Amino acid sequence: MSATPEEILAQALAALAEAEDLNQLDQVRIHYLGKKGLFTLQMKELGRLEPEQRRLVGQVINQARDSFQGQLEHKKTLLENAALAARLASERIDVSLPGRGQSIAGLHPVTTTLRRINKIFASVGFQTVEGPEIEDDYHNFGALNIPDHHPARAMHDTFYFDAHTLLRTHTSPVQIRAMEAQKPPLKVIAPGRVYRCDSDLTHTPMFHQVEGFLVDTDVSFADLKGVLYEFLRAFFEKDSQVRFRPSYFPFTEPSAEVDIECVMCNGAGCRVCGQTGWLEVMGCGMIHPEVFKSVNIDSEQYSGFAFGMGVERLAMLRYGINDLRLFFENDLKFLEQFN
Amino acid sequence: MQISEAWLRESVNPPIDTEQLVAQLTMAGLEVDSVEPAAAFFSGVVVGQVLALEQHPDADRLRVCQVAVGTAEPLQIVCGASNVRMGLKIPAALVGAKLPGDFNIKKSKLRGVESLGMLCSEKELGLAAEANGLMELPDDAPVGVDIRDYLALNDSLIEVDLTPNRADCLSVEGIAREVAVLNQLPWTAQAIATTPVSHSDTLAVNVTEPAACPRYLGRLINNVNVLAETPAWLKERLRRSGIRSLGPIVDVTNYVLIELGQPLHAFDADQLNGGITVRYAHAAEELVLLNGQTIQLDPDTLVIADDQHALALAGVMGGSSSAVSDSTRNVFLECAFFTPRNIAGKARRYGLHTDSSHRFERGVDATLQERAIERATQLILDIAGGEAGTFSGFEAAEHLPQRPAIHLRKQRISKLLGVTLDEPTITGILQRLGMVIKQQADGWQVTPPGFRFDISIEADLIEEIARIYGYNNLPNSRLLLHAPLGLATETVTDLERAKDLLVDRGYQEAITYSFVDEDIQQAIAPNDEVVRLQNPISSELAVMRTTLWCGLLKAALHNTNRQQTRVRLFETGLRFVKENGELQQQKMLAGLALGSAYPEQWSKTSRKVDFFDIKADIEALFKLTGQSPTFAPATLPALHPGQSAEILSAAGQRIGCIGMLHPLLEKQLGFDSQVYLYELDQNLLLEKNIPAFKPLSKYPAVNRDWALIVAESVTADDIIDCIKSSHEATLKGITLFDIYRGKGVEEGCKSIALSLNLQDDTQTLTDSEVEAILSRILAKLTITINAKLRD
Repeated sequence: MSATPEEILAQALAALAEAEDLNQLDQVRIHYLGKKGLFTLQMKELGRLEPEQRRLVGQVINQARDSFQGQLEHKKTLLENAALAARLASERIDVSLPGRGQSIAGLHPVTTTLRRINKIFASVGFQTVEGPEIEDDYHNFGALNIPDHHPARAMHDTFYFDAHTLLRTHTSPVQIRAMEAQKPPLKVIAPGRVYRCDSDLTHTPMFHQVEGFLVDTDVSFADLKGVLYEFLRAFFEKDSQVRFRPSYFPFTEPSAEVDIECVMCNGAGCRVCGQTGWLEVMGCGMIHPEVFKSVNIDSEQYSGFAFGMGVERLAMLRYGINDLRLFFENDLKFLEQFN
Repeated sequence: MQISEAWLRESVNPPIDTEQLVAQLTMAGLEVDSVEPAAAFFSGVVVGQVLALEQHPDADRLRVCQVAVGTAEPLQIVCGASNVRMGLKIPAALVGAKLPGDFNIKKSKLRGVESLGMLCSEKELGLAAEANGLMELPDDAPVGVDIRDYLALNDSLIEVDLTPNRADCLSVEGIAREVAVLNQLPWTAQAIATTPVSHSDTLAVNVTEPAACPRYLGRLINNVNVLAETPAWLKERLRRSGIRSLGPIVDVTNYVLIELGQPLHAFDADQLNGGITVRYAHAAEELVLLNGQTIQLDPDTLVIADDQHALALAGVMGGSSSAVSDSTRNVFLECAFFTPRNIAGKARRYGLHTDSSHRFERGVDATLQERAIERATQLILDIAGGEAGTFSGFEAAEHLPQRPAIHLRKQRISKLLGVTLDEPTITGILQRLGMVIKQQADGWQVTPPGFRFDISIEADLIEEIARIYGYNNLPNSRLLLHAPLGLATETVTDLERAKDLLVDRGYQEAITYSFVDEDIQQAIAPNDEVVRLQNPISSELAVMRTTLWCGLLKAALHNTNRQQTRVRLFETGLRFVKENGELQQQKMLAGLALGSAYPEQWSKTSRKVDFFDIKADIEALFKLTGQSPTFAPATLPALHPGQSAEILSAAGQRIGCIGMLHPLLEKQLGFDSQVYLYELDQNLLLEKNIPAFKPLSKYPAVNRDWALIVAESVTADDIIDCIKSSHEATLKGITLFDIYRGKGVEEGCKSIALSLNLQDDTQTLTDSEVEAILSRILAKLTITINAKLRD
């Protein structure tokens, strides 16, 4: 007879001890426990023994095999843990290296500002409307109660294409177009590009305005004040003072300029506010009866207010930009600051 | 308009300081632009008188003067001014005086002679930019008095930026009237005495255009001394109003203009031929203006003429031939009312803008002429002597501005202002503003005063009430904003979403001018008809863009010229094109990319951006809308002919185009790397279909890969279109995953690797069914584009 179960066990355990990785361990497992493994062969040889002996020897073989199997499992766990540890160690990276892929850019600060303005007014139901930039003089001037030779026309340095076609000098013509197209009640804001024939340190020949207006049966100057007061606080996210100053626009009556307490110095007086503590940010007023007349809205039944603001000016104040011309140079070093 | 606070306070003097006064004006709608001291700071300067003078022993140009300064002994002061003379009164800076420019006067020796002070010019006191010699004071100036007190220099110059409706405030009197209203002070216009008439010489006045000139007053003042000196106080007031002294007659007309707001004109009566006619200019009539400019008059221009020719541009500027000069002896003084509509725009047409046109355009009080001419007469007689004649005049009452009463309703005031004011408040404000009011059942009949051209309707009166009551004293309402439900459309993708997508793919948003350089425009889109500005600001901003590429290319160059090697920009906005003579303003979205495909980063080989990178960006945009446009090879003037495509919608509409900037343009514009561009029509791009649900198939899908050999000329779209045209219901997807040229593929051909995805909605596809489908498709490919399977 060949080796005893005890001898095989001793031999197997020695082989187990020598196994250094899961591969070798598997070789050992096959050598002893596989279909032709030494323990398996021993079990097969049992059949040749007397039944009495068969039971006793079988028990011995089973014990030896179980003992081996237990230790094999244990060794396997150890080797698996070691292998995992080795893999983890080998896969260590420098997590401080920057990520890869496409860059993310950003919107122009004028767009960001326009979006904020739109969002604030949209939240109370103002609808955004657009209009043409090449306009006729009727919508830009005449319908807004600015007849030919009115001094206010001289204040709008206008780009002309011919005697009656021009680049809109403000977004107010959209007010006319919207009132021509829709019946009150109306709550509209009209953002967009406007043009004035003027170019120096503080003027660019193109800039952006947002016109807004509301027409309903019972709209008062107090409503206008309330809406703009809330808007300016929402826009600057600041509990600033706001004041309304009488002014003149041909298309509103009464008319006002809106000043906000300087957001740079909180009203103490600085270079930005010209030491006055106040910043002029908007023009507004109650829509003039002549304007209603030109769009066939009965000014006895309806009243309304309108306001207009310069988007670049609001963006400059919001972000502390000190040069208007930067907006249209499109220098990436400027634009990327607002991403 | 600039006015002197001291002058203002002479007629109305509220108990508030300068700062409060200025704030009050600003808050009443008369916006104060600036407040400047009337004179720079200086001290220690008094009225002096030269008692004796002798030549300096060692300097030809210097005189040694004995100057009385109000002390017991005169002071010895050395002076180099040419106009220093015996008896002259001048400003004398004493030892210890501080002059503008940080100049301290000390006891000194000039070429060995002691000097105890300095005699001053206007320039040295900061009162004028230039000066010829010493400032000469009138003989009655009191010696020893501080010059600041004597000249009332402790004054502020208030610059008021008036809105065009407030012509009534273009004078000291007008602002004083307003200040009185704001401070609830009594106020009456300055009374002006009538000058006794000393002769009856007149000029005939003939107004042929009564609608344009409803009132004309004139008078002859004979034997004036035009060489008389304008008094210091008057000169000083003019200076503080920003007006130079030009001799007594013109100084007086300017003074009355500032004081009362009425422009006047003085003619040299001896230069006139016959009487005065107010008429429109004759065809091709010329006029040489006071400023030397010769103008060709248009026939709708009102002129003042004598019997022979035009003398003056009515309400704007006089002519040089009839102007008052040093030899003038007799003056014809004109004081008229011209209708604003008639004067408006005329000055600008001739490139002029005068104090006179500024006022007449906006409206001068039509009741003011007699007061103004009397005031001017009185001042001329006081200063330059002369004898005043009787008025010759013209008046067409029916053409004078009417001030019809306006119906003002109490209920309307409350409705427009959102607050109910009590009646005494309303009537008090209106009356202080000079309005005549008559009580009515529902409100008042209100007649505004002649000087308020801006008040003609009820809303104007309500504004006045709000203005004087104080805008900031009116309530702020929390408007009951009854908001309609907003729309949430799904048939149009929000432009903002598309912009965000581009931002997330590395494009920075740009905003460029809508007008561009015609040369660049022409180079990029030579076939587009441009819309041209009549009055561009420069040739670089002269035509409206027909493509957003003009601005983007310029912005990209701005950046590449500043060491940026990777630029990705996009812009949204209008392009302006003429199509069949009709102007179209189309909303576009355009992008530009140059430099490396990805930002510089570690462990990735850098590669330049190419056509397919930006195509992927556009395809991503279309993923937002669910459209599958086709990219058809195209030839466009600005783009590389082999790398450009038109983007067509399923319906065949041209959504836009994409491609590489033509290498010639790349070089011409100054780029040193390839530039990729695209431009899309926003409306077509953003069209979206509302998704329609399709049931999911419960049966497994089958994927089969093919390598097809086709000729080089066959495009990917040719293959895909051909496969799709088989209309196999089970074919769910086609993915192109490789293109191979080289070994194993014959020259002039390429191998295209495709994956076909098949799935049936009602059963599991068997192998034989799959084979049958694939062979039908392959047969079609072979017939149509001569494709074959690679071995």
